[in-house]
Amino acid sequence: MPTLTLYDAVGAALTEEMRRDSSVIAFGEGIATKRHELVDEFGGLRVRNTPLAEGIIAGTAVGAAATGLRPVVDLLFAPFLCYAMDELVNSAGKLRYLSGGQFSFPLVTLAMTGAGWGVGAQHNHNVEAWFVHSPGLKVVMPSTPADAKALLKSAIRDDNPVLFFLDIGLLYQPGEVPSDEQTLPLGRAAIVREGQDVTLISYGKTVHHCQRAAETLAGQGIAAEVIDLRSLKPLDESTILASVRKTGRLVVVHEANRLCGIGAEIAALVAEYAFAALKAPIVRLGGPDAPVAASYPLEQTSVPQAADIAAAAERLCSAQPA
Amino acid sequence: MHPSPPAIDPRQLLEQMLLIRAYEEAIVAGSAAGKLPGTCTSVGQEAAAVGVVNALEADDLILTNHRSAGHLLARGADPGRLLAEVMGRRDGYCKGRSGSLHISAKELGVVLTSTIVGAELSLAPGVALSQTMLGRPGIVVCFFGDGAACEGSFHESLNLAALWNLPILYVCENNQWQAFVHRREAMSREHVADWAAAYGIPTRTVDGNDVFAVLGAAQAAAAEVRDSQRPYLLETCTYRTRGHLEPDDQGYVDQAELAAWLARDPIAACRDRLLADGSLTPAQAAALADQVSTRIAIAQAFAEASPFPAAEELCRDVYA
Repeated sequence: MPTLTLYDAVGAALTEEMRRDSSVIAFGEGIATKRHELVDEFGGLRVRNTPLAEGIIAGTAVGAAATGLRPVVDLLFAPFLCYAMDELVNSAGKLRYLSGGQFSFPLVTLAMTGAGWGVGAQHNHNVEAWFVHSPGLKVVMPSTPADAKALLKSAIRDDNPVLFFLDIGLLYQPGEVPSDEQTLPLGRAAIVREGQDVTLISYGKTVHHCQRAAETLAGQGIAAEVIDLRSLKPLDESTILASVRKTGRLVVVHEANRLCGIGAEIAALVAEYAFAALKAPIVRLGGPDAPVAASYPLEQTSVPQAADIAAAAERLCSAQPA
Repeated sequence: MHPSPPAIDPRQLLEQMLLIRAYEEAIVAGSAAGKLPGTCTSVGQEAAAVGVVNALEADDLILTNHRSAGHLLARGADPGRLLAEVMGRRDGYCKGRSGSLHISAKELGVVLTSTIVGAELSLAPGVALSQTMLGRPGIVVCFFGDGAACEGSFHESLNLAALWNLPILYVCENNQWQAFVHRREAMSREHVADWAAAYGIPTRTVDGNDVFAVLGAAQAAAAEVRDSQRPYLLETCTYRTRGHLEPDDQGYVDQAELAAWLARDPIAACRDRLLADGSLTPAQAAALADQVSTRIAIAQAFAEASPFPAAEELCRDVYA
C-alpha cells in the first residue's frame, strides 16, 4: 500500500475525482501554484488560482455549484472562512431550502486549522462547530491520509456543501493510503480501537492523542474504546451511543474551544439518550476560551494531550458509582 | 455578431410596467390590511426592470435581490404564484419558504435570489463560470442596487469577472437609497459606473425611468457581453418612490426630491409617449389597465386559495 502525507492524499483524491467527473473544478488561493500537477493534467481552466478574496472565491463556488459544476475551493486557513461566511452560511446553506429545493450546492471548501505551525489565532482557529450549527452544511475533519482521501472523494460526490477541515499538525504526517478508488461515507465514525471500560471520542489530531492514551490505559488494565468521528455533520450518533452504552464512561476530546464545541453536543446527546448507562460523569477535554498563541509551548498547551486524556479516563474508571 | 434582437412591441413594455405596479399595489393593500407581510416594493423602478429584462434571451440567467418583483414579472412570472409565495403559501415559486425576499424561479432562469445585499454579486461569477465551462449559450444578468455596490462583494465580483472573462451584464439599479441612507451619504462617487471603469469594464449610465432608453442600452450591453464574453456594467438611474420596506412613511426623505421623481413616473412617461406618437389609443390604454387589474384579481384569488405548507415541510429540502 503506498504511503502518502495527508496533503498528498488530498491531491490524490482531487486527481481521481477530476478524472472521473469533468464537472469537478478546483480553485483557490494558490492551488494552481502548489498543486501544479493538477494544472498539468486538467488545464488552467479547471484548476485556477484566485485573488486572495475568500468571499468571492466561496461565492463563485456557490454560484457554480448551483448551476452544474462541482467546485472544490481552497481557502487556506480556517479563520479566513470569516470572509466567506455569508456565501457559505447564508447562500450555500440556505438557498436550497428557501428556494423550495430548486437548487443544490455540491461544493467542497478546504481549510487548514489546528496547532502545529505556531501561526497564531488568525491562522489557527478550530471553527468547525460554527458550521455544524448552520443548517444545510456538512462538516468533515479526517485524522489520517487514508481517511482524508476517501472522505474527500465522497465530499466531492456529495450534492451538498461540505466544509473539509485539514489538521495542520497532521498535514505532512505520512500514512498508508489504498491506491484503489475507495470512498468512505460521510457521517460514519470509525471505532479505531475497541474496549469495554471507557469511550474516548475525538476527531483530527486528538484522535492520535486518544490512541496513545488508550495504550497507556491498557498498561493499567483499562480497556479504552477510541472513536474517530471523521464527520462532525452528519454526526454518527448511533456509534457514539452504542459505545457509551457498552462502556458506561465517556471522555470527549477536541482541540477546539470546549465552550459550545462538538464535545458539548456529544455530551448532551449521551445525557439525553444513554443516561442510564453512565457509570460516571461525562468529561470534556478541549481548548480554552482564548485565542491560540503563536508561541509553540503555549500553542501545544491549548491542545489536550495523551497524558491529560489518560488521566481523565483513569479518574472515571476509579470513581465509585454513585 | 449576434443578430439584432426582434423588435419589441412598446405596448408590451407598458403592459408589463402596469402589471408590476398593480402587483405591488395589491401587496401594499394586502399588507395594510394585515393579510401579508410588508415587502420591499419596486414601485418607481418599473422601467429599469422592464427595459433590461426585455433585452434578454430565453437562455440568459438572472440573479436578483430583495426588490425583485419587476424582474420576475417582466420575465414572465405568474403573479398568482408570486403572491402565493409572498403569502407563504404552498403554490408559491419556492413552496412558501422564501416569502417576498428570496424568490427564485429556475424555470424562468431567475436563479439564486439572495436578500443579503451584495450576495447576488458574489454568486454571479460562479453562474457565469458554469455557462462558459459547460458551453451554455446564455449570459448572466446580475441586478443589484447602489447599496450593494458599497459592499466589498461588488469590487471582488467585478475584479474576478474582468480577470476571468465572465459574460456578466451587471445592472446597477441606482435608486438613490440604501435602506434608510441616501446614496450621497454612502458613496464616494456619484455613479457606480465610475467604480466599474476602474476594473476595465465597459459601462453606460442611463435614465432608468425611460423604458425605451433602458431597453436600447440593455440591448446594446447584452450584445456586447455576448460578443466579447466579458462583463459590462449598465447603471440605470431611478428612484425608490415607496421607501424601503412597507409601510414606510418616508419621513426621512427630502420631499422636493421625491416629488421631482414622482413627476417623472416611468409608467406615465411611457404611456404619454405612446399616446403622443399614435402607437396607443386612449381606449387601448384603458383596456390595458383593465386587463392588468383582472390578472391581479385572478392572481389574488389563486394565492388566497392556496393552502399553507404542511408542518411536515419544516425540515424538507435542507439537504439534497
